[in-house]
Amino acid sequence: MLDLHGYGWLLFDGLQLTIAVGLCAMVVAVLLGLLGSWGKLTDHWWANLAANTYTTVVRGVPELILLLLVYFGTPTLIQSIATSMGYDIRVDINPFIAGTITIGFIYGAFATEVLRGAFQSIPKGQAEAARAIGMHRIKTFQRILLPQAMRFALPGLGNVWMVLIKATALISIIQLDELMRKTKIASNATHEPFTFYLLASFIYLGITLVSMMAQKRAEAWANKGVSR
Amino acid sequence: MDFSIVWQYLPKLLEGAWITLWITVVSLAIGLACAVPLALARLAKHPLVYSPAYLFVLYFRGTPLLVQIFLIYYGSGQFRHELTDLGLWGFFRDPWFCGILALVLNTAAYSAEIFRGAISAVPRNDIEAGRACGMSGLLLFRRITLPKAFRIGLPAYGNEVIFLLQATSLVSTITILDLTGISRQLISKTFAVYEFYLTAAAMYLVMTYALVYLFRLWEKRLSGHLQPRVVAEPRT
Repeated sequence: MLDLHGYGWLLFDGLQLTIAVGLCAMVVAVLLGLLGSWGKLTDHWWANLAANTYTTVVRGVPELILLLLVYFGTPTLIQSIATSMGYDIRVDINPFIAGTITIGFIYGAFATEVLRGAFQSIPKGQAEAARAIGMHRIKTFQRILLPQAMRFALPGLGNVWMVLIKATALISIIQLDELMRKTKIASNATHEPFTFYLLASFIYLGITLVSMMAQKRAEAWANKGVSR
Repeated sequence: MDFSIVWQYLPKLLEGAWITLWITVVSLAIGLACAVPLALARLAKHPLVYSPAYLFVLYFRGTPLLVQIFLIYYGSGQFRHELTDLGLWGFFRDPWFCGILALVLNTAAYSAEIFRGAISAVPRNDIEAGRACGMSGLLLFRRITLPKAFRIGLPAYGNEVIFLLQATSLVSTITILDLTGISRQLISKTFAVYEFYLTAAAMYLVMTYALVYLFRLWEKRLSGHLQPRVVAEPRT
């Protein structure tokens, strides 16, 4: 039988933190995705430019580099600006916040593309009809566009989530005590790295399988009003 | 912001970028060679053939690459004596071997899934036409199914190549001095944190979009005859 030398609970703690970071980052990603898809679909040239630069740059740079840049680069940048202005301060970013923001920022670019596609697949007549019965633009977005876009975006956002939750393993590199780092601690203490990394990989696999099932259900729920 | 220090170490960074490209190309080549048989095994009818392939693909697509790298590099240490007896310890002690092995297995799983989709998307008519011409078995597969599937799968495979290029940055965690590894090393020496990371990011960006461009050219070359022909717009 598998002997974890009492380190099972450590991994369970790490799993909770992994899921917490993943969920927070997903919220950030969807919000940035909404903002980014607005930027891509609007007529303002500066918003187009900003949104296109965002998705182009983020999708062209490895997550690890972006994570290291945010976690180690930002405090140094702030400090050197402060020093040049004559202040001496020390900035430390909380790894949970740095991880959540970076992962959310990266996958926001992928969510942007998903949501852009979703908004584009809503027939134009829908917004025009809302307008015709005198609905305000914000109300139109909230009642007509957003619910339909979310249905179209569900498969794509599900994929973003599955890639995102696996990417949270990288946060262990900036010392956040999530599943990967707890696994490292346990494997160093027991000298059984294979056992613990294999177990960790099965936990991630479990998350993926549960997410796949949840996605199937969510899609069935979202499409139940559609006759086919 | 002082980028003159980056200028001074630019040859080292370029060396790192070269290693990144080298690892990407080697992993892709071996991964592709494994992916085609794997995709065929996935499509086989016998459960003893398709279920191992299915589990392999599920495992390597369902777990983070970082775990796979650590599992192979650190995990093999647990079986040091067994591996020494088999004469394999020399390989598993080497971060290059472990890093490339993990990348190969990972990209093989993702590419197999792409090619599985592509092979099953080959139109029935094409295969029937091939049969009508008297081809069957390997000849039919080699002449009709595989080229067509490759054409269908190429855009998705291009994305996988780009993901792999970026994923190679993870081998820096097991001491390989690729572009990310070199940047981290130079930063611990010079403390110029964002200068080096921004430069590395820009270099990855250039490599990524160069690859995107090359794949677009290749797609055009392979399926140019299928593209809608550009006809002069009628004047209104």
